[in-house]
Amino acid sequence: MAPDISPFVLFFASIFTSNILLSNFLGMCSFISVSKDYKSSNGLGMAVTFVVTITTALNWIVYNYILIPFELEYLRYIVFIIVIAATVQVLEMLIERVSTNLYMALGIFLPLITVNCAILGVALFMQLRNYSFIQSVIYGLGSGLGWWLAIMALSAIRQKVDKAPVPTGLKGPGITLITIGFMAMAFIGFAGMLSVQ
Amino acid sequence: MQNNSYMGILKNNLWHNNAIFIQILGICSTLAVTNNLINTSIMTIGVVLVMGFTNLTVSALKSFMPRKVRMIVQTLIISFYVIIVDIILRAYIPDVSRALGPYVGLIITNCIIMGRAEAFAQSNKPLISFWDGITSGTGYMLVLLAIAFFRELLGFGTLFGFKILPESFTSWTIMVMPPSAFFMLAIFIWIAKSIMVKGENK
Repeated sequence: MAPDISPFVLFFASIFTSNILLSNFLGMCSFISVSKDYKSSNGLGMAVTFVVTITTALNWIVYNYILIPFELEYLRYIVFIIVIAATVQVLEMLIERVSTNLYMALGIFLPLITVNCAILGVALFMQLRNYSFIQSVIYGLGSGLGWWLAIMALSAIRQKVDKAPVPTGLKGPGITLITIGFMAMAFIGFAGMLSVQ
Repeated sequence: MQNNSYMGILKNNLWHNNAIFIQILGICSTLAVTNNLINTSIMTIGVVLVMGFTNLTVSALKSFMPRKVRMIVQTLIISFYVIIVDIILRAYIPDVSRALGPYVGLIITNCIIMGRAEAFAQSNKPLISFWDGITSGTGYMLVLLAIAFFRELLGFGTLFGFKILPESFTSWTIMVMPPSAFFMLAIFIWIAKSIMVKGENK
């Protein structure tokens, strides 16, 4: 059964209190490498939000209408990853046809997304927590926005931090991880307001 | 630096080119479980196995694989092994499997596995690729176990679930929560890099 959570609460919880990146560590690889650059961060954030919302919806449909009736739940990892890869491919082609501007902004990031853990993670959490269709879409959208927010915040901070004098060993990834740690602490501050398991 | 003997690969993967310290790869799915040594060891053993066998398979199949679709084929090979690991965990240690939740599935998107398959197994013989996968996985495992050791010790006062620190010890709640994983990892990277920089200067 779908848990009884109002969509509004779920939306804000997935952006702030259980931010997919800062509390579940998903999507870290591209997060650290891309956040060097403000513009790419924005593009990647947008692309992730877009893809995660669509794939969560598709995966929900596939899981509930194909895998469960045929008792193929154990295949869910393979099926989810194929759905994600296929969606990314189709989106890339569609965007290229429809709008060159949007393709320039999103296009180069789309292939990166297939192996972004956040996308698969949201699909798996959605299935594990038995969300209904509406809840899944909202959860996907919220998680994507949360990821976007986190990468924008980090890349803004890194503009300054990368120029700061830090010990040699801590340069680059070290200081970035500490920055992320502080951000995670700040986001924990929201936890008192609402929580979603 | 590239030394393709078994010993050379071992050293390279454990230290000089450690997946976590140098490449900062694959921390996505596994940091989440490092507040507990038992879960961390089971999770990382899973990663080591998946990595070894993926490298073996990719390397054995490399001449049959069209270059264009190799990414998706590799992903499918990885998913295949992850499903096996998941089923084994659920059958034999259901408690841990429940605690790990979706993170076992997320081994699929662990960048290290794909990275090693792409960088090493694509161009080497099966057996040595298997060895490369196992050793990179071990390098990754050791770092995560070290992080988990400190997080569990300071966060709960236990190791592998046994009480180590006296009752009077006030556990650091922050160690159980996500930020500490970032801090611990940063500290480890700091230490490792400082040692490496020193070694280069000598």
